[in-house]
Amino acid sequence: MTEKKNRHIAFICSKGDLDMAYPALIMGWAALGNGVDVTIFFTFWGLDMITKDRCNKLEMAPVSKTSMKMKMMGLPTGNLGIPNILGIIPGMTAFTSWFLKKEMKKLGVPPIKEYIEMLSDGGAKLYGCKMTVDMFNIKKEDFLPQVNDVVTASDFIDMTEGAEIVFI
Amino acid sequence: MATVLDTIEFNEEGFMTDPNTWTKEIGELIAKEEGIENLTENHWIIIDFCRKTGEETGKAPTLRQITTGTEISTKELFALYPKGPAKKVAKISGLGKPEGCV
Repeated sequence: MTEKKNRHIAFICSKGDLDMAYPALIMGWAALGNGVDVTIFFTFWGLDMITKDRCNKLEMAPVSKTSMKMKMMGLPTGNLGIPNILGIIPGMTAFTSWFLKKEMKKLGVPPIKEYIEMLSDGGAKLYGCKMTVDMFNIKKEDFLPQVNDVVTASDFIDMTEGAEIVFI
Repeated sequence: MATVLDTIEFNEEGFMTDPNTWTKEIGELIAKEEGIENLTENHWIIIDFCRKTGEETGKAPTLRQITTGTEISTKELFALYPKGPAKKVAKISGLGKPEGCV
């Protein structure tokens, strides 16, 4: 068999919203399942995904989530979204976050922390962004033990030569 | 060399089209084609689980269903079936491509 370079997908996770945390985890896991190498670089708010006391507390605010219709919650409101003005009511973000978590759980989707563990066990390489770590005064000990290292943007570019890069 | 695999029908992606014609011997032969020379006891725990799921639901289980349904950890699953366990396990078990995402 001829040796050819294995396919490699690198994800850049820059968001800390619950709904923006899942895409890379789901795609990354599917990639590992299909024998594709996976690297994930967490930067800015995306670092929440690998921070011990934040990863399972990610939230999704209803404001400006135009695709989230009230009918998803079983209300007979047709195509009406959640009015942005309601988003300022205390507890609304907690409610929409709870709702999303509940729906994900129904599909057997694990919480973020467990997902990170699965990805790491499956061979994905996980890195924190050095600049963001310096900016927010985060320590390496604050991260989940599955995080391989804290690296610079330049390091990330070096280690993903030839990879397909997905920015989220 | 002609093997029993020549009499089996596979789809374009290499999955068996009729799971009912699967036997352990066929599983072993497909495993060899997938680069796994010897199926150990833990390989079989996974295959047995897949066969059982296939019989019950008509579908191949996802990787997470395998790890939550057996005593096999994610790490071990990837070690037993390296480079793409999702498809590999389903192929060896004579099932179709797993449909779930997790």
